[in-house]
Formats: sequence, C-alpha cells, structure tokens
Amino acid sequence: MSTPPSLRGGARERLQHWLPRLVLSPSFVLVLFFVYGFILWTTYISFSNSGMLPDYTWAGTRQWSRLWSSWTWGIALHNIWVFGLLYIVTCTALGLLLAILLDQRIRAEGALRTIYLYPMALSFIVTGTAWQWFLNPGLGLERTMHSLGWESFSFNWLIDANMAIYTVVIAAVWQATGFIMAMFLAGLRGIDGEMIKAAQIDGAPTWKIYGRIIIPQLRPVFLSAIVVLAHLAIKSFDLIVAMTGGGPGNATAVPATFMYSYAFSRNEMGIAAASAVFMLAVIAALIIPYLYSELRESRS
Amino acid sequence: MTIMFNKCLMAGVIPLAIALSSTAFAQESTGKGEVEVLNWWTSGGEAKALGALKDQLADDGIGWQNMPVAGGAGTNAMAVLRSRITSNNPPTAAQVLGYDAQDWADRDALSSLDDVASAGNWDEVFPQPIQHFAKSDGHWIAAPFEIHSTNWVWANKSMMDELGIQQPGSWEEFMASMKKAQDAGHTGLAYGGQPWQDATVFENVVLATGGADFYRRAMIDLDPEALDSDTMIRSFDRFRELLQYKDDNSPGRDWNLATAMVINGDALYQIMGDWAKGEFLNAGLEPEQDFMCFRTPGTQDAVTFNSDLMIMFKNDNDQQQAMQRTMAEIIGSPEFQMTFSQLKGSVPARTDLLADKLDACAQRGYEQAKAAAESDTLMGSMAHGYAAPASVKNAVFDIVSSFVNSDMPSDVAAEQLAMVVQGARS
Amino acid sequence: MSAGATVARRNTLGRALLYAVLAVFAILYLMPLYVMLVTSFKPLEEIHQGNMLALPDTWTFAPWREAWGSACIGLECSGVHGYFFNSIKIVVPAVLISGLLGAFNGYVLTKWRFRGHKIVFGLILFSCFIPFQIILLPMARVLGILHIANSTTGLVLVHIVYGIGFTTLFFRNFYESFPDELVRAAKLDGAGFFTIFFRILLPASVPIIVVTIIWQFTNVWNDFLFGVSFTSGDSAPITVALNNLVNSSTGVKAYNVNMAAAMVAAVPTLIVYILAGKYFLRGLMSGSVKG
Repeated sequence: MSTPPSLRGGARERLQHWLPRLVLSPSFVLVLFFVYGFILWTTYISFSNSGMLPDYTWAGTRQWSRLWSSWTWGIALHNIWVFGLLYIVTCTALGLLLAILLDQRIRAEGALRTIYLYPMALSFIVTGTAWQWFLNPGLGLERTMHSLGWESFSFNWLIDANMAIYTVVIAAVWQATGFIMAMFLAGLRGIDGEMIKAAQIDGAPTWKIYGRIIIPQLRPVFLSAIVVLAHLAIKSFDLIVAMTGGGPGNATAVPATFMYSYAFSRNEMGIAAASAVFMLAVIAALIIPYLYSELRESRS
Repeated sequence: MTIMFNKCLMAGVIPLAIALSSTAFAQESTGKGEVEVLNWWTSGGEAKALGALKDQLADDGIGWQNMPVAGGAGTNAMAVLRSRITSNNPPTAAQVLGYDAQDWADRDALSSLDDVASAGNWDEVFPQPIQHFAKSDGHWIAAPFEIHSTNWVWANKSMMDELGIQQPGSWEEFMASMKKAQDAGHTGLAYGGQPWQDATVFENVVLATGGADFYRRAMIDLDPEALDSDTMIRSFDRFRELLQYKDDNSPGRDWNLATAMVINGDALYQIMGDWAKGEFLNAGLEPEQDFMCFRTPGTQDAVTFNSDLMIMFKNDNDQQQAMQRTMAEIIGSPEFQMTFSQLKGSVPARTDLLADKLDACAQRGYEQAKAAAESDTLMGSMAHGYAAPASVKNAVFDIVSSFVNSDMPSDVAAEQLAMVVQGARS
Repeated sequence: MSAGATVARRNTLGRALLYAVLAVFAILYLMPLYVMLVTSFKPLEEIHQGNMLALPDTWTFAPWREAWGSACIGLECSGVHGYFFNSIKIVVPAVLISGLLGAFNGYVLTKWRFRGHKIVFGLILFSCFIPFQIILLPMARVLGILHIANSTTGLVLVHIVYGIGFTTLFFRNFYESFPDELVRAAKLDGAGFFTIFFRILLPASVPIIVVTIIWQFTNVWNDFLFGVSFTSGDSAPITVALNNLVNSSTGVKAYNVNMAAAMVAAVPTLIVYILAGKYFLRGLMSGSVKG
C-alpha cells in the first residue's frame, strides 16, 4: 500500500514487458537444445570415428566419403527420388481431383470427406500391416481374384524387387490424399466467386473456368501441398518398415531406413549421422525458402 | 573460418561428451532380485529353451523380466540394446551373436566372467572357435549357450519316399532331386527371402563349391582375391541354379514359415541352421522317420557354426552382479547345456558331454562338430556374424540379397562383393 | 463461397457420373479397412481358403480376445492391452502439455510481439520439418541422463519437445486473425497478460484447440520411430507392440489376430476422426493450418 503508484506501475510494466518472453522461453530453450543442439551433435558425429557408440575423435570427411561410396546409399537415394516424385505428383493430382469433385454441391459431402480423410488417422504400422497382407500374392488380392474365377490375375509387386517401391507409393498415396484434398477444398472455398460468375456469363465452359481461373488461384495451396508432401516423403520410415522392411533385398531402402539400419544394426554411427545430416540439408533447402517467404508475407 | 568453426564446435561438444560418457549417471538397479534379459527368442523351440533358463533361475529365487524384441534375426534387438546402452540403461544381460560380444567388450561395457569360467574349467570344455568369440583379451566375457550349425538340409521324408528320392550325396544329385519335386508340382526349396536367410543359403553354396579352405579365405580372411575369384563366380552361378527351385512368394518370408512348408509337405527341402529342427519337433515329428536331416551336399566335412552368447553388462549393484554370476554358471553347466540344446535343436557348446540324450540329427551334428573342431574346419558362419564383423556382414547381405532379387550376373556380383567388403573395412 | 457451387449446373448425366466417381473412390478408400475388419472376425481356416473380400462364414470374436489379452509377443503372452494403456499414458500428457505451450507461444508471438519474434517463430517452426533421424542418437543419450530412458515418461518428453512446432504454428496462425483491437482495449482497461489470454483469447479458441488436439493425438498415438528407438519390452507403445506381434511368428501366421491387433491400435484415432473430423476440417478450412 505504501508503494507509490508510479513505481508500482513501473514494476508492473516491466513485468508485463518481460512476461511474454518469459512464457515463451521454456519452449524456445527446449527447441534450441533438443533440435539445434542435437543437430550440431549429430553433425559433429558425422565427422568423427563413431562406430557402435559415439567416439569423439575427429575423422574428417572419412564417414562422408564412405557414405557416398556405399552401395545401399545409392539405392536409397534412387528410391527416395522415385518414391518422392510419384508420391507428390499422385497425391496432389488425386487430392485436387477429389476436392473439385466434392466441391460440386455433393449431397453426402461430410460423409465422403470423412471417408477420404480417415486413412490419415491410422498409424503407418497399422496400414503397413494391412497393405502387406492385402498385396501378399499368396493371400490377398491375387488369391481373391483367383478364387473369384480370374485365374490369370497376377499382382506380385510387393515381392518383386523392381516393383516393390510402387506398392509403398500406393499405400502412402492412399494415406495422404485425403489431407491434400482437404487443403485444396479449403482453397476452393476461399476463391472469390465474382470472376467465376463473370466467366460464366461470357459462356465459358466449366473445364475452362477451372483451367483458367480456379486452378491458377490455388497456387499457394499447391506450394503448401508440395512442401508438406516432400518433407513427409523424405521422412517416411514407418510405412516401409511395416510393409517391406526395406526389402526384398534392399529394393525399398530409403534414406530414413538406411540411417536407422546403419545407426542401430550395422555399428556405423558415423555414416548414419552423415546420412541424417544429408537428409536434413535436403529438407532445409526445401523448407527454409518456403518458411522465409511465408513469414515475410504474413502481415508486412 | 573453418578452424574457428571447428574450435567453437569442439568447445561445445567435448564437455558435453565428457558429461555424457561419465559414469556419474550409473543406471538404476533393475529391481528386487530380478534379471532383465534382452533376447529375440520368440519362436516355439527358442522360447521353450529360454524358458529352461528362466525356470533354473527361479529355482535359485531369481526373478525374470523378459525383454524380447522380435524380428530380423536379432537386428531389432541389437538396435534396442544399442539405444539402451547409449542411454546408460543397460539390461542385466543380453543374448548376442558373434562379434557383438567383442564390440561390447572393447567398449568396456561387460562384466568379466573369469571366476565362473575358471571354476567351471571353461578353457578346457569349450572348443577354440567358440572361445574366440566368448573371450576378449584372454578374459571370458560371454557364456556360450550352444553350437548351431548352418550347413544343414531339412527334408520332407514322405515326399522323398513318394518321389523315390535318395539322400543326395553331391551337388548334382541335390539339384536333380529338387527338379523332381518341382516336376511333381511341389516347391523344391522352401526359402525365406530375408537378407540373413539369403546369406545363410549363400554361404552353404560357397562352402560346397570352394571347400573349407576357400570359405575361410573368402568369408573369414576376406581376401579380395578370393572374393572376386572364379570360384566365387562359380558359387554365384550355383546359387542362381539353386534359386530356381524356390517359390515366387518367398520374399520377406520368415524362416519358420519356410520350415512349415517342408513340414506341411509343400516343399521338399529347406537349407537352414539346426534351429529349424525345433519346428519339426514342435509339430510332433520324429527325425529320420518323419523328416530327414543331412549336411548340405558338398559340405559334409566342415561345420559352419554360430553360437548364442549371453553377455552381462557392468553393474554397480552387488545383487545384480551375483545374479549375473549365477546365470553364467547355469548356462555353462553340463545339465543346462544338454537341456537347452534338446529344446532348441542345437548341440552343446561343451565338447565333453555324451550325445546319447540328443535326437538322431543332433547326435550326428554333435559328433561332426567335435570332429570339425579337431580338424580345424569348425568355421564361423558369415550370415550370423561369426565370420566377420557386423559392417562387413551387412555389406555381404547387401550384395547377396540384391543378387537374389534381381538378375545380376555372377561376375558382377563377385566383383561387387569384393568391392563392398573392402568399403566396409575402410 | 464454393467455387464449385458457382460453377455447378444442372446436368443429370453429369451428376450421376460425378456421384459414381466419388463412390468408386470411397469404396477404394474403405477397402483396406473393410478387409482388416472382416479378416479380424474370421477363423484362421477361412482366411486360408482365399477370398479376403467375403464376409466371415462364422463370425468369431476369438481373434480380438486373443489380440487384446493372450497373443504372444515374444515369450509374453498377454496380448496388446498393456501397450494400449502405455500409449494412453503417453498421449494424454504429451497432447495437453504441448498444446498448452503452443497456445502460449502463439499468443505471445501475435499479441505481445518483440524484436526478433519472426526469427523465434521460424526457429520453432523449422523443428516441425526436421528428419527425426538427426536427433535419435543424442536423444537416447539425454533420456539416459535424465533417468527416463525406456519409459513412457521419456516418450512424453520427446513428444512434447517435437510437438511444440506444430502446436505453436496452429495457435499463432489462429491468433493472427484474432482482432488486435479487442486485446488493445483490454490492455487499456488494465487487464494483464494472463487475464487477456484466459478471459478473451482462450474462450474463442475452441476450433483451433480441437485441431491441435486431433493433430497431436494422431501424431503421438501413431508414432513408431521414437517408440521403437527409445523403448522396449513393457514400456513400448502400441505401434511397437503391433509391429513385434506381427513379426513374431510361431510357424503359423495368425493373420486374423494381427488384423484384430491392428484394429485395436487404430480404433482410438479412428473414433477421434469420425467424431471430431468435421471440426478438424472446419479448422483446416478456416485457414488456420497453412501447411
């Protein structure tokens, strides 16, 4: 009570000044340590002699050159390229198609949206288990077709080293399309109707309206969708573990499974760290410009 | 610039490293008279054999906290072990294979078992090749459970009788018999397409093709000239020939599901270690009557082995240490070695026991292993990490599995094999 | 305003085709779930007879009972129920704490800005995108130091740390469009930092809270990489247990039990999506999630 109001106000103001930062700081410290500190640690390990356990002696670029001369790493890179490209293109195309179709004043829109979206709710381990069984030639689809009388039906991609990666694409697309559809649907609902009306009055056919007016306006959604999909692709791990375990042979190895296998079963922590740093670098090259432009745009 | 960067990095990382590796963060005791044992013995016979250890420990009043990690011939289990050790939270003991025990010993992570070993005269009763893996710098650091050998063929007896197939004595006869089975609408070779299984079959072919000396030069000494030799190319040729008798649905199949194909009469043979026998016995079948076992044709005089080892992790807790010693004593004892092998389908790692309690296959296997130990042809299995360390083993897996799952020519495979082995050793 | 609604015209044949296409996709999307469900109710002999699309001839709950209570994962034959509860023990605190932190962060980053707020946000946001492989090795070490390795507590920490990025993103984008005037007026009235948050922003945040909870719940429940890397045995989450169950075969693969176990692992997230999916989509569509 005895404190003068002005001073009280000053303390209070100071508190109000620092409080927001104080509230933010635990999260920020956690992120600094657990994300950026760990990135530094792993980067250092990639330049060390670490094998089964961390070893902090400096090894220069030895692990990096071993990584790049590794047989499996080449396969993993090739696979992630094939997988990533197909996954991004198919998901985007299918997601856009479903969004446009759903946007036509569909009676059961709510139910259909839920149906398209539900795979996203499932763990990759669950879907991997299901798809593995579904695509297993001895038990699943192929067998079912045979028992329905279609004797010549053959679908053995899951166990064909050249085709197995495509089965992973199928399952991954099935899982993610709904989410991409939702993003496009949100974009479609945000489009200004005036221009469309004007085009209609001019007698433009529907496909032209979509091609010339609507889809070009969805450009930001495309960008977001591609960024989200690309980073999901590079991180994909669970689905491959559950569906193919990286096999047959190494046919479906990707950088994420490569890293796990080198870190934990091959006693090659240094190479594993190098591969993780490489994955991070690729994602960073993709994400940082995107985040930068997003953050700059928002409220200038 | 770079130097400064390095210095900053070192300044930050080194103290962290010291803090991380310091023993100040010793693990907590696992509990009240309980051992925690990491293993991947999850299949029928294996699980029963492990149960025998659990029972014996229970007789000594020691509780059992099982820590099974299924899958991948121990790959997953080793992944878990590594992260447990990395996080300073080791289990009491772990089942490991091959060089893994040495690696952990090099890390100074293991309890010495010397007192148990000298009391049990382990230096005399376990053969040299086993000691090579269970001892480090002259100290015992692991208790060997058994000897498994990987150069066995398991055959469906009734199918052999039906098709008039005699036990094949040569590679050519072996191929011909599978051809017969295939012509009769069966699968010639029950095959599980997983990297370690690919490699198991492959090492059989190498041994059959090049003989014991070649196997040692290529797979154990990792001689580049042997790896990329005509004999190796011929081995790959034969491997390809063999692979045509597997069914199309083999990729990813577990070994015991392949064994089930032989048991159920879908397939004639399986090339697999003697743990496969446990599946036959579990199905109530009798060796020599319901199923046949014989050494892979061409490998009769040698035995490629692997041996499960139990390693014990260093621990400050006296009670845990005492329990570790008890566990090692039990594992090394003649009675347990016999019981365990009877259940698991292996033969005892001790060579001073009488074989009469074992079944027909194991009796033969036990005598062969003893003989091989005498004649220096008891050699580590590449597929199971007893020929070369994990990094080399996995590099071999890479090539062998790629060979199985593609139409890679044999000469390319041999060349690549020499190259990746070199790469893994660099 | 829906673009399609503006474009759409009456055309019976076209409409029929449209519905047909949508229905075909719906069937394709439902197929795997349907197969899992019917398989989980079939006795094993029926599965080996072939047609995976057929309804069971004899319905049996045995696979579900086995998956829940008696299936063998290694030597332990007590099903997946223990791991199911592990996952719950992980999910609840992880979602609540990371959500709360995210809400505060979003609030500070939009209504109490300071110099460098964009950099701070950028740094936090980037953590959503890192490949988690890069933190596996050091994380294992730190969990050991904190004595929470191989425990559900450890996984809670991991999920909080790597969930902050997303929760902050959600709340920041949501509060960005929350009118500054209201906050300014409250400040003039003398309301403090927390008062404004709890009295003004939080009550208006229900849509984004729903989005955040659904997102985090699904992510944490479905995590496999952290679970398999940092836990084993009794403290593993359901996804790890499911993978172990599917991979521990004892001569005969019990596909029906595997599918029942997979369904057990899937049910909580499925229920959340079916019940609250509408709000999730609404949240997405209000532009609160940019990607």
